Amino acid sequence: MSSHAAHFESDSHRHETAELGMWVFLATELMFFGPLLLGYAVGREMYGQAFAAASRHTDVVIGTINTAVLLTSSLFMALAAAAVRSDRTRMTMRCLLLTAALGVVFLVLKGFEYLSEWQEHLVPWADFRFEPRLRQGAGYFYYLYFAMTGLHALHLTIGIVASIVFALRLRVNSARALASQVGVTGLYWHFVDMIWVFLYPILYLVERHG
Amino acid sequence: MSSHPSRAFHENSYLHGGFTLWSWLTTRDHKRIALLYMISITGFFFLGGAAATIIRIELLTPQGDLVDAHTYNELFTAHGIIMVWFFLIPSIPNTLGNFLIPLMIGAREVAFPRLNLASWYIYTLGGLFVLATLLFGGVDTGWTFYTPFATLFSNSNVVLAIVGVFVVGFSSILTGLNFIVTVHRMRAPGMTWFKLPLFVWANYATSIILVLATPVLAMTLCLIAFERITRIGIFDPSLGGDPLLFQHFFWFYSHPAVYIMVLPAMGVASEIIPCFARNRIFGYRFMTYAILGIAIIGFLVWGHHMFVSGQSMYASVVFSLLSFLVAIPSAIKVFNWTATLYKGSILFASPMLYALGFVGLFTIGGLTGLFLAAAALDVHLTDTYFVIAHFHYIMVGGTVMAYLGGLHFWWPKIVGRMYPETWGRIAAVVIFVGFNLTFFPQYIAGAMGMPRRYHVYSPEYQLLNVFSSTGAGMLAIGYLLPLVYLVWAMFRGKHAPANPWQATGLEWQTASPPPKENFETIPENIPSPYDYRSRTRS
Repeated sequence: MSSHAAHFESDSHRHETAELGMWVFLATELMFFGPLLLGYAVGREMYGQAFAAASRHTDVVIGTINTAVLLTSSLFMALAAAAVRSDRTRMTMRCLLLTAALGVVFLVLKGFEYLSEWQEHLVPWADFRFEPRLRQGAGYFYYLYFAMTGLHALHLTIGIVASIVFALRLRVNSARALASQVGVTGLYWHFVDMIWVFLYPILYLVERHG
Repeated sequence: MSSHPSRAFHENSYLHGGFTLWSWLTTRDHKRIALLYMISITGFFFLGGAAATIIRIELLTPQGDLVDAHTYNELFTAHGIIMVWFFLIPSIPNTLGNFLIPLMIGAREVAFPRLNLASWYIYTLGGLFVLATLLFGGVDTGWTFYTPFATLFSNSNVVLAIVGVFVVGFSSILTGLNFIVTVHRMRAPGMTWFKLPLFVWANYATSIILVLATPVLAMTLCLIAFERITRIGIFDPSLGGDPLLFQHFFWFYSHPAVYIMVLPAMGVASEIIPCFARNRIFGYRFMTYAILGIAIIGFLVWGHHMFVSGQSMYASVVFSLLSFLVAIPSAIKVFNWTATLYKGSILFASPMLYALGFVGLFTIGGLTGLFLAAAALDVHLTDTYFVIAHFHYIMVGGTVMAYLGGLHFWWPKIVGRMYPETWGRIAAVVIFVGFNLTFFPQYIAGAMGMPRRYHVYSPEYQLLNVFSSTGAGMLAIGYLLPLVYLVWAMFRGKHAPANPWQATGLEWQTASPPPKENFETIPENIPSPYDYRSRTRS
């Protein structure tokens, strides 16, 4: 690639180095979500009933569809990573664009969800309304709900932009030249997906049966 | 510099070829980035020092006669924020670490050179936010940003300061990431893990803490800023939140941050002491285990900052026990440095004076840390000057001494010229005496009950405070001396040979200053580290 590649012995050395860099970065990312997750655990312990009631106000249908959308996007990302390894440029490009498109679908659905929550006065810093007995705990829940899903959406947006950028660069570069970048974007994408796999049950499925 | 007769190796030195400001601001050379960091952190060091100077002048008398209470609050906050995040944390890793890690492992560069430069720009951006905070009137929360004061009551520029600390955190994270990957992937063939100098091990362990602890602080700061702006959040008790949760998050980062500061200092001491004792380091393997042990246990002791916060008594007992546990690997290191001196032929050169000062002061700081780790005793000592004295022994007596020792040790390598040895020794002694005069009386004042963070105090503490302020004046002179003669040496010092100290380590096998590519050819037949016994004495 560019001038700074000179200090690597080989393509595979460069590739492995980039991959390790991304793994370390993902460790940082996980710890970045950490206080929110611990804050959630503390809130759930303190306000179990309110958390359950607040969770029943989330849109479980959209949440479930979005989980399916995101998992499917990860499938296409995995296909992109496989395609780039076997040097199939067009296939890689298509898979990346499909991944990004599913990411956009997720964000659009999430947007509708936010809109309806706004209309139902579930945004804690804008005229929050809830059953008075459970109001405090529900406010705590929705504060974390918006913080976690918002941060997740921000990460997803970065992943979408990266996927589109590398898809477009594949029009002029061969898959071989971008193998590192696509592989590393894939790791990141799966991480964002994994975060959602944890957010979905802790936000949407708290004692749904009740 | 061009007026001097240049030697053959000078032509290719990293300092030559591109003198323009632009060539420095766009460099990807880890050695040049190290110097960029050195200049930045030196600026912040003297800025933070200026705040400390005003604090010490105010405390000469029991009355508040120089500054009012609010200004005093802003001064110690500025001192804390600047010294912790803009000097101590980046000090050794980002300057000496950046310069030396690739050289020590026989690499031509760090793994991600562009990211390395980006990290410096992020640091600078964070620094600008903090400067802006000071210009717009400062912050009065203390460097700890405790809730609910920081979120609901303080009328100062909390958000601006938080943005600065948040931003500079990413500089730490990216540097840590870069070092981890560099040590894993860029080592020369034959440079196995147990041939790595302890300085590299120490920075590797530090990087792991940087990468895992800093993001927790980053998110916590986001939550504080958000809570301050929207008045909604999980730390506000009136909304059902818990301010203790903030303290847990904050100290989950800020206790390991102490090890971010002191582990690299231990690495520096482990390079200097064997060299000037002409002896193999005692217990190399145990030193590496101790480094990793400190890094890991350091994550599990944060609750000892919260003994009086109302946390569960049982939690306090466990945190107290774990805090005692972290003393074991720390003591192993002190014993091993001491054992390295045994039957060595000791040369009291300036770097060695700093390193020995480090060992002594770190030991005092560490042992008084055990007082504070004892939950019952801590109730008496919490928020007194005893705590201030304790952590300054670790951070200033430990980290700053080691940083200065390292600067002297590697200065010939960095600038290619020798510093004046006599001045080096004078400064080391002045700093050592000035430091003890400043901070030892604070142990006594603290044990007597003098609280921290007040600009007025009861008259019985005055004598101790006069000692302390006198020492601070001496310390200030001690710190200005190296600033003058090291800069002088950069331009006028005697040319340094490749290995002026007859030291082991790959960084001494290349020219001083090193060529752009670090090595003419990558070293082969990597020796085991600290092989001083088999060397002829100079």
